[in-house]
Amino acid sequence: SFFPPKLFKRQTLCDMIPLVHSVSVDLNNDASLVIDIPDALCERDKVKFTVHTKTTLSSFQKPEYSVQRQHEDFIWLHDTIVETEEYAGLIIPPAPPKPDFEGPREKMHKLGEGESSMTKEEYAKMKQELEAEYLAVFKKTVQVHEVFLQRLSSHPMFRKDRNFQIFLEYDQDLTVRRKNAKEMFGGFFKNMVKSADEVLISGVKEVDEFFEQEKNFLLDYSSKIKDATAKAEKMTRSHKNVADDYNHISGALNNIAADNNTAFKKHLEKCAEVFEKLRKVEDRMASDQELKLTELLRYYTRDIQAAKDLLYRRARALADYENSNKALDKARLKGKDVAQAEENQKQCLQKFDKLSESGKKELTSFKARRVVAFRKNLIEMTELEIKHAKNSVSLLQGSIEVLKSN
Amino acid sequence: ERPKNGCPPTFTIQPDRTGEDLQGGMAEDPQIQTHGCIRSKGGDGMNAYMAYKVSTQTSLTMFHSKTFTVRRRFSDFLGLYEKLSEKHLQNGYIVPPPPEKSILGMTKVKVGKEDPSSAEFVERRRAALERYLQRVVSHPSLLQDPDVREFLEKEELPRAVSTQALSGAGFLKMLNKATDAVSKMTIKMNEQDVWFDEKIQDVENEEQHMRKLHVMVESLVNHRKELSGNTAVFAKSVAMLGSSEDNTALSRALSQLAEVEDRIEQLHQEQAANDFFTFSELLADYIRLLGAVKGCFDQRMKAWQRWQDAENMLQKKREVEAKLLWANKPDKLQQAKDEIAEWEAKVTQYEREFERISATVRKEVIRFDKEKARDFKRQIIKYLESLLNSQQQLIKYWEAFLPEAKAIA
Repeated sequence: SFFPPKLFKRQTLCDMIPLVHSVSVDLNNDASLVIDIPDALCERDKVKFTVHTKTTLSSFQKPEYSVQRQHEDFIWLHDTIVETEEYAGLIIPPAPPKPDFEGPREKMHKLGEGESSMTKEEYAKMKQELEAEYLAVFKKTVQVHEVFLQRLSSHPMFRKDRNFQIFLEYDQDLTVRRKNAKEMFGGFFKNMVKSADEVLISGVKEVDEFFEQEKNFLLDYSSKIKDATAKAEKMTRSHKNVADDYNHISGALNNIAADNNTAFKKHLEKCAEVFEKLRKVEDRMASDQELKLTELLRYYTRDIQAAKDLLYRRARALADYENSNKALDKARLKGKDVAQAEENQKQCLQKFDKLSESGKKELTSFKARRVVAFRKNLIEMTELEIKHAKNSVSLLQGSIEVLKSN
Repeated sequence: ERPKNGCPPTFTIQPDRTGEDLQGGMAEDPQIQTHGCIRSKGGDGMNAYMAYKVSTQTSLTMFHSKTFTVRRRFSDFLGLYEKLSEKHLQNGYIVPPPPEKSILGMTKVKVGKEDPSSAEFVERRRAALERYLQRVVSHPSLLQDPDVREFLEKEELPRAVSTQALSGAGFLKMLNKATDAVSKMTIKMNEQDVWFDEKIQDVENEEQHMRKLHVMVESLVNHRKELSGNTAVFAKSVAMLGSSEDNTALSRALSQLAEVEDRIEQLHQEQAANDFFTFSELLADYIRLLGAVKGCFDQRMKAWQRWQDAENMLQKKREVEAKLLWANKPDKLQQAKDEIAEWEAKVTQYEREFERISATVRKEVIRFDKEKARDFKRQIIKYLESLLNSQQQLIKYWEAFLPEAKAIA
C-alpha cells in the first residue's frame, strides 16, 4: 500500500528544484528577526509546519525558537492583524491559501484502482510521479506560508505585533487561543471588506491625485491579473498533459520492443528512452513555469486585493469623516452636543489623514516590490526555460546520432 | 501553394525526399509524389470531386519516360487496390491497403468549407495516398504488374465503378470476414509451420501493441493542440495585463512576453501537425498493414485447406472405386478411375500451390519486417528532428526575451 511522503525536508527538494523565494524579494535581509520553515509534516489531511525563528530582539525571551504550526494558525494570525485598528493604513500581507493536495490525492486513488491492470514498471513509474507531485504541492505551500511570515517580520510595524510574537514563541498548540480569539473578534472587519468594496472605492470623490490614480490602476489591474492567473493555470495543465502522454508513449514503445527480436527492437527502445527523458524535461518546464510565473501571478492577485482592502478602509474612513461633518452641522443647528460632535469630527479627520499618509507610503513601496518581484521571476523563468530547452536539444541530438549510426 | 479552383490550401508538410536512405543505399526508384488537388469542372457541391496529381520520377526503362504526371481520383486508388488484391492476394503477397474512405470528411470539403479541418483532411488524404503508392511500387512483384504501370502513366483511366459501393475499408472487411472463417478452424498443421505459428502470433501481438501506442499518440496530438490554444489565450491575457501595468519597463516586458507566448503557440501547432503526420499516421498505416499481413497468412491457410480437402476427396474417390470393385460394376469403374486421376492431379497441384504460397508468404514477411524497421527508423528520426527544431526555436525566443526581462527597472 502506498502512503504519501510524510515528511518534507527542504534539503531533499533542494536537489530537485532550486528553492528560491520568488514572489517577494528582500525579505530576510534584517538579521534581527529571521524566520524560515525548514520542514513540514503531512499527517492525513493536516500539514504541520515547523516555524523556525532566530532573533536578536529584546522583546523575545529566547534567541531561537522552533514551533509546530498548522495552516489554521496562520489564518488566525492574519485575521487578528486585519482586525487591528492600528494597522488600518497598512497593506496586510495576504493570508496563505490552504494546502491543496486534491490533485495528487486523486492520482493516488487512480493508482490504487488501476494497480491490478498495470505492469510492475508502470506502477513504479506512476508511484514516482505521484511522489513528485506531492512534493511539488508541499514546496508551494511551504513557500507561501513562509513568505507570509517573512512579510510580517520585515515590516517595521507588523514585526512588533504581540500576536505575531506569540505565534513565533508559544511552544504549545495554538488551537485553544484561536478558538477564544474567534469569539472576541467575530470577524467583523473581515466580513465588511468582502462586501461591495469595489463600489465604495470607485464611488469616492477623490481630491488626492495619487489616490485617484491608484484607485483606477488597482481596479483595472486586479481583474487583469486574476484573468492571467487563470489562463496560466490552464496552460500549465495542458503542458503537464503533454508530458504525461510522453510517459505513456514511452511505455507503449517498450511494450512493442519487448516482444520484438529484430533490429527494430533497438530503434524502439531508443525511441522509448528519448520519450522518457523528454517527459522529465517537459515536466520541469511546466512546473518551473508554474512556480515562477503562475505562482507569481497568484500571489500578486492576492496582494492586489490586500492593497484594494487598504483603499477600502480609507474610503470608509472618508465616509465616516463626511458623516461626522454632517453630524456636526446638525448639532450646531440644534445647538446640542456640539462639543461631542466637534471631537468626533476631529477624530475622524485624524484617522482619515493617518490612513492617507500611511496608505500612500504603503502603496508606493508595494509598487516597487511588485516590479522587483516580477523582474526576478521573469528572469529566472526565462533562464530555466532556456536551460531545459538546451537539455532537450542535446538529448535529441544525441539520440538522433545514435539512431542514424546504427 | 494555393491551387486553383478554390481548393483549401495545402499544408507545407513535405514527404521525406532525401537522396540517399540512411544506410547510404540507393534512393527509392520510382519515387512517387502526390501533390495539389483540383476540383472538377462541376465546381462546388456534391458532384465535385478531388483529383490528385501523381508525379513519378524514375530511371527504370519499363516506363515511357523519366518523369511524368497524371491526375487520379480517390476511387482510382481504390480501384487499383481491388485489381491488385484480386490478382495477388491468393498467391500470398502482402498487398498494401489503401487509405480509408471517409464520407464525413470528404463532404465538408466538397461543400466548399474552407476551414482548417478540411484543409487538414485533404492534406491527410494526400499524404496517405502518396505513402500508399510508394509502398506499392516498393514491392518488387507489384511493380511488375501492368495495372500499376497503367495507373502511374496512363493519361485517362476508365472510372472504377465498383468502388462507389465498396470503400477500401469495406473491401478489407469483406476479406477479413472470409479469412476469419478460416482462422476459426482449429487446424493442426505439420511441423514445418512452427515458423508460421510463431510469426502469426508475433503479428497479432504487434498489432495489439501498435493500436495502444496509436491511441497514446492521438492523445498527444489532441493535448498538444489544446496546449497551443491555451497558450494563445494566455498570451492575450498577458498582453492585457501589460497594458494595464503602470510601470513602463514592466509593461513593455509583459507585452514582449505576450509576443513570445504567441510564437510558442505557433510552435506547438506545428509540432501537433508533426505528431500527427510523422508519428500517428505511421502507426495507422502499420496497423492496416499488419492486418494485410494477417490476411496473407489466412490465404496460406486457405491454400492448405484446399489441398487437404482435395486429399479427402481423393480418399473418397478411392473408396468409391474399391466399393465398385467389390460390387462388380465395371461400367461405373472407368468413371471412378477418371475421377481418381482428376483428384490426384488436383492434390499434386494444390500441394505445389501450398508450398509456393508458403515460400512467398515467408519471403514477403521477411521483406515486410525489413521495410517496417527501415520505415520506422526513418520516421522516428524525422520526428525527433522536428522536436529538435522546435526546441531550438524555443531557445531563440526565450533568449531574445531575456534582455527584455532584465531591462525592467
